[in-house]
Amino acid sequence: MATPTIESPRSGRVSPGYSRTPGSRGNFEMVAWLFMRLSGAILVVLIFVHLYVNLVAGDGISGIDFGFVAGKWADPVWQIWDLTLLWLSMLHGTNGIRVIINDYAEKNSTRMWLKGVLYTSTVVIVVLGTLVIFTFDPCPVIDGVAHVADYCPAP
Amino acid sequence: MEKEPASKVELAPGVGGGGEIPTFDITLKVRRYNPEVSDEAHWDEWQLTMYGTDRVLDALHKVKWEHDGSVSFRRSCAHGVCGSDAMRINGRNRLACKTLLKDLDTSKPILVEPIKGLPVEKDLIVDMEPFFQSYREIMPFLVSKGHEPTKERLQSAEERDRYDDTTKCILCAACTSSCPVFWTDGQYFGPAAIVNAHRFIFDSRDDAGDMRLEILNDKEGVWRCRTTFNCSEACPRGIQVTKAISEVKQAILTRKV
Repeated sequence: MATPTIESPRSGRVSPGYSRTPGSRGNFEMVAWLFMRLSGAILVVLIFVHLYVNLVAGDGISGIDFGFVAGKWADPVWQIWDLTLLWLSMLHGTNGIRVIINDYAEKNSTRMWLKGVLYTSTVVIVVLGTLVIFTFDPCPVIDGVAHVADYCPAP
Repeated sequence: MEKEPASKVELAPGVGGGGEIPTFDITLKVRRYNPEVSDEAHWDEWQLTMYGTDRVLDALHKVKWEHDGSVSFRRSCAHGVCGSDAMRINGRNRLACKTLLKDLDTSKPILVEPIKGLPVEKDLIVDMEPFFQSYREIMPFLVSKGHEPTKERLQSAEERDRYDDTTKCILCAACTSSCPVFWTDGQYFGPAAIVNAHRFIFDSRDDAGDMRLEILNDKEGVWRCRTTFNCSEACPRGIQVTKAISEVKQAILTRKV
């Protein structure tokens, strides 16, 4: 068996893997840390009002159907509300998972792959969600025939 | 006739001495590793009869001096000042010289391991160089601009009090090696480096606070702290480590935003 050499004490040698890569300056980590605190506080309000309006107020949980959602999104206030909720929660969650990946992945290549999957799914969900909020049409008319709901005006 | 000094007066047994110190049996399990013999670490176990006044360090001494001289560990002052004998005792980072055996559960084996996150060299001895490298990087010395005063640098009691807690650090690495973020890849500066930066950042006589804040604003700096409080719990000097890290975060923020 090969005998490993043990460096003499105070040789000033730092085990490889512990030396930090220089040039990682910049305020990104600080901004991300601050964003987590601020968005967290805002999300508490956004989420609980969202839950109350959807599940408790009015008919409560039995009042939720396609028409309920359509009615909400006819109001620009709820459009902005849901848009903020979507963006903040997605960015908050994505940053949280980014941090968890940084903490738990041991190799840089693992980190890169996991973050690639994370960022791709975030972009897809945010773009798709934004698109739905703004282009939502409760009464689509296809070839002159009204679909979906009976409350829609006759074409 | 001159009176004998008190230390030479013969005392009757049981008078003034508190009587016999109670003894008890313990099982000491030590994590052994010797790269010259095997790449694998293993546990060694000893049955010892110890006194109520003994510490874990005394048990290790008893093993080394009377049972197995090859057991290796660092210790210097043996009184909780030098910070050499930080080790993982029953799963918690402590100083072996400050942990009394009677305070541990002696009905079960007492587990002694090297501190985690740093490369083990032999038995309980780890390579502290990465730890000291981070310490050196935060410039743990007074930096002052302008002319050197002819007398001492004056400071009010309140100014001294601002960083009093973090002056207590003995660089034992119990905090850094208890931090789960440091365990991952060893890139994080670690609580000890931040505590020692805090000691100078909030010192009114020091002029390099901004430079230290810039160093700790790094990707691997204070923002990797997840406030798990492992460091505050591990510190044998009772330093509020997590609080110190949060104060450094605040200082970076108020300087930047």
